Amino acid sequence: MPLYAAIIYNADLDWTAPEQADVTKEYQLFGEAAASIIRGGAALYPTATATTVRVQGGKHGDIVQTDGPYAETKEVLTGFYLLECADLDDAVKQAATIPGAWDGAVEVRPVIDFGM
Amino acid sequence: MIGEAASPPDPVPPNGGRPSLGATTLDQVVRAEGRAVLATLVRTTGSFEIAEEAVQDAMLRALERWERDGVPPNPRAWLITTARNRAIDLIRRERARASKEVESTYLRRLEEDEPMADQPGDDLLRLVFTCCHPSLGVEAQVALSLRTLCGLTTPEIARALLVPEATMTKRLTRARTKIRVAGIPYRVPDDHELPDRLAGVTTTLYLLFNEGYAASGGDDLLRVSLCEQAIEVTRELVERMPDEASLRGLLALMLLQHARSGARTSATGAVVLLADQDRSRWDHDAIREGVILVGDALRRSADDPDRFVVEAAIAACHDLAPTYASTDWAAIVSWYDVLVSLDAGPVARLNRAVAVGERDGPEAALAELDAIVGLERYPYWSATRAELLVRAGRPDEARRAYDEALRLPLADPQRGFVEQRRAALDPDDLLNS
Repeated sequence: MPLYAAIIYNADLDWTAPEQADVTKEYQLFGEAAASIIRGGAALYPTATATTVRVQGGKHGDIVQTDGPYAETKEVLTGFYLLECADLDDAVKQAATIPGAWDGAVEVRPVIDFGM
Repeated sequence: MIGEAASPPDPVPPNGGRPSLGATTLDQVVRAEGRAVLATLVRTTGSFEIAEEAVQDAMLRALERWERDGVPPNPRAWLITTARNRAIDLIRRERARASKEVESTYLRRLEEDEPMADQPGDDLLRLVFTCCHPSLGVEAQVALSLRTLCGLTTPEIARALLVPEATMTKRLTRARTKIRVAGIPYRVPDDHELPDRLAGVTTTLYLLFNEGYAASGGDDLLRVSLCEQAIEVTRELVERMPDEASLRGLLALMLLQHARSGARTSATGAVVLLADQDRSRWDHDAIREGVILVGDALRRSADDPDRFVVEAAIAACHDLAPTYASTDWAAIVSWYDVLVSLDAGPVARLNRAVAVGERDGPEAALAELDAIVGLERYPYWSATRAELLVRAGRPDEARRAYDEALRLPLADPQRGFVEQRRAALDPDDLLNS
């Protein structure tokens, strides 16, 4: 079955903060409910901890680090899942049960199978 | 009337058919069968790209062969077999080139003997629901529907939608790629999803019909045929989903609007308003069919009014009036009240205001019109206001309203019409120009 990335965009929040306990509980429930199709994923620390890396002048050029995420937007990438689903309809149905779908948005994208 | 759908379409449409494609009956047989054949091939090949190429090839062969030898007893089976053989060639060639096994399941399925579609009707529904999948943008849905459901070529679609051909090619390629890569399934939605998904289908089909109906320049014959194709596809859907009031309403609406098409433009191509149309030139058979359909759809949606059914009821009120003066405006205003209650948007309120104007006079309509928010950039709002101001005996304000409409984007025939109405306010200028 094809693999889909469910990429979660929310307000920039810290999953480890105690006030997020309710939301992380919701995610735990999703994790249990969708255990059979989850093939991977991660929750990310807030963008305040992010470092954007760029190499200037081509491969092996100068490494330039900047503080923060690549783009300043209201909703940021806060985590993702890899879900194994029958087709897009199935993937959309599953993604709609991720709490981020009602706290923000979930982008569903097919994962490339390089056959390796 | 619905039962007659299986017979071949009217061989001579009012405007003389589609000269770019050869307006022959043979061409129409091939085209009508082509839609069903494509719907099956998309399922058996699992690919829009391969299915479209294979079916196009089979249709060309059919035109050559049938012209010479006559139409075979089962044209659809002939087309499916020919297209299937072509698809097998295409997949084999593709596999040899890319040396991959991706399409092997489909190749096996194709090579297994399946000369006839097992459920050709279901395939058509699959095709419709896939083309109108909510994960595709509306523009992509319309383009893909025109390509696969109506059998238009990419240059024809580009001309019909007034888009450069390269843009249309890119749009169609992106849509097909998304269907394949993102895994949009080729299936009819489950019962619980059906209402939402069907709403997407009816909206897209009506957009498609309107592209033809709006006649905003471009190739007129192509546009008439676009309307007829939209009607044909909707008719096939009504046959397959007879309990859906919304589909019935949509078919009624299309028939009742298209029935007036012969009287909507003058011999020189100018716009003729409903009030001035020669009603003897309306298609009274289409009106009769539309009225029966709308009555039926109203009974089926009595507890749950549907946008298309209500719009069809309004169209029926117009089509049944023997003269403009005898139109039942009170009934039309009531139908618009229902439509507005369905949250049909500001254009429904604009049309309601026009009907109020016919019932209660221009001042009442102007009050309604000025209360509508959100149409400031809509040329028909200003143009309608101008017409009402003329009737209310306020020519200076009318002039300003016409000028406002003309500052906004308008298709050529409509622009010409507004300019002519503006000029009629100043007969002296008209003489001097």
